[in-house]
Amino acid sequence: MKARLYGKLGDALFTALLVALALGVLGVAGLLAWELWVGGAPAFRAFGFWGFTLSSEWNAVSERFGAWPFLIGTVVTSAAALILAFFPSLAAAIVVAEYAPRRLGEVVAYLIDLLAALPSVVYGLWGIFVLVPLVRDHVEQPLFLWSAEHAPALMGLLGPPTGIGMFSAVLVLALMILPYASSLARDAIRLVPREQREAMYALGATRWEVVRRVVLPYARGGIFAGVVLALARAIGETMAVTMLIGNSGQLPYSVFGPAATMASVIANEFTEAEGELHLASLLAVGFLLLLLSLAVNLIADFILRRMSVGEGRK
Amino acid sequence: MEALRMETENLTVYYGKHAGVRGVSLPVYDRTITALIGPSGCGKTTFLRALNRMHDLNPVVRVEGRVRLDDEDIYAPGVDPVVIRRKVGMVFQRPTPFPTMSIFENVVAGLRLVGVRDRDRLREVAERSLRQAALWDEVKDRLNEPAVGLSGGQQQRISIARALAVEPEVLLMDEPTSALDPISTQAIEDLLVDLKEQVTIVIVTHNMQQAARVSDRTAFFLDGEMIEFGPTEQLFTNPTDPRTEAYITGRFG
Repeated sequence: MKARLYGKLGDALFTALLVALALGVLGVAGLLAWELWVGGAPAFRAFGFWGFTLSSEWNAVSERFGAWPFLIGTVVTSAAALILAFFPSLAAAIVVAEYAPRRLGEVVAYLIDLLAALPSVVYGLWGIFVLVPLVRDHVEQPLFLWSAEHAPALMGLLGPPTGIGMFSAVLVLALMILPYASSLARDAIRLVPREQREAMYALGATRWEVVRRVVLPYARGGIFAGVVLALARAIGETMAVTMLIGNSGQLPYSVFGPAATMASVIANEFTEAEGELHLASLLAVGFLLLLLSLAVNLIADFILRRMSVGEGRK
Repeated sequence: MEALRMETENLTVYYGKHAGVRGVSLPVYDRTITALIGPSGCGKTTFLRALNRMHDLNPVVRVEGRVRLDDEDIYAPGVDPVVIRRKVGMVFQRPTPFPTMSIFENVVAGLRLVGVRDRDRLREVAERSLRQAALWDEVKDRLNEPAVGLSGGQQQRISIARALAVEPEVLLMDEPTSALDPISTQAIEDLLVDLKEQVTIVIVTHNMQQAARVSDRTAFFLDGEMIEFGPTEQLFTNPTDPRTEAYITGRFG
């Protein structure tokens, strides 16, 4: 009787503790959003919410601020990085989970996961000292010179071939988000039931046909979840992008040219934001970044519910 | 006398170092049903999976001996297991509809593999196979709905229709009714008897009554060996080996 009472009490305590912790997390997130909103409010008041969001002027001297170039910078770099990273990450997942011998597969999987463990600043350094000179000398300059000779109209689109700019930032970003997409895709592929594969093999399918017609469709929910996680990482990635993108407050008008993302402009300017409106504008950019991430996650969740197969289906 | 369709000769299957099936020689006659019975772990499923080279998918499994399909050794060098599996189809213990495909796409999945695109032909084969699997009347109005929405018994008949759609010579069935209710089981047993007009069937079953009801010949497996093989009626009424008798009278297993 006593033990039973104790058990019930413990249950109630444990439940209360869990609820408190869960609410605490929610509270912190809410507080964060609130602080960003309050901090950014002067900017929204000065230019209007849409005026601030859609204006492409960012000038600390004349104190005119608009987030549009950074919003576009974030969307373009993230989307481009995702497009670049998607197929390699999926291919790596398929090779590791389906084709490679077990041991080799595990080593490769480990190495891919290790990419996610590298600090962002290390990617940035590697980008500056290795990738940027490489890209400048072997991709951007040859392309630029070629277009100067054969298609001058292209030069504006290509932009200054300095190595620092959107092109390099996207390359590094793609490499950084690849492990996220790949590791979720790999797990999803491994979770495809053996019966499903065997049923297709028994119809006279080759290994590739089994992958294409059974494994990938079955795993599509997990693959998509990996894409979302990778995209979320790309949207929020700060350090490496700041080091490589060239930080220009202009709308990104060219492939090689400098640009900035929402995260990079905050990192780059908050120490030197003298005017109150400048600081408020940076906080307002932070608030917009939060909204963007939230929107991406909500949309992704909605799609994911429709795509999931098997256990995740509800 | 019926013609021989498949035959194993001294078939041994190793899982690593352990031989799960040892020295089994079994003839499979054309358009008959051969039942494999025996207690759990006796090697009957392992034996069955050797008949269409499903063991190739598992690197720790090694197959020795010979399996002939129409006088061709299916384990001979240069024989493509993919081609063998097209001729020797398989239905598994649990229904395995492909969850992202409609009923129709499930049934024609094997035809898609060989590149059949013609809509009319796919439709024709789907209808024929679903009729063979005694499922047509139940699903003809919802061919484009997901196959996972069907009941367990219907899903298993989808799996059978899918296997039949590629017109295999032999159909291997691994306890096809063990996950089903009695009514679905009955439906599938009736179906098997009709099917043997067109296809040779080898069925593993846990259920001795099932073997007695549907099969023409029965093989009794124990500890990886085939103890006895003969016409079903004879094996069940007048077994020659005392171990067979012990098993069918329910003294073990």
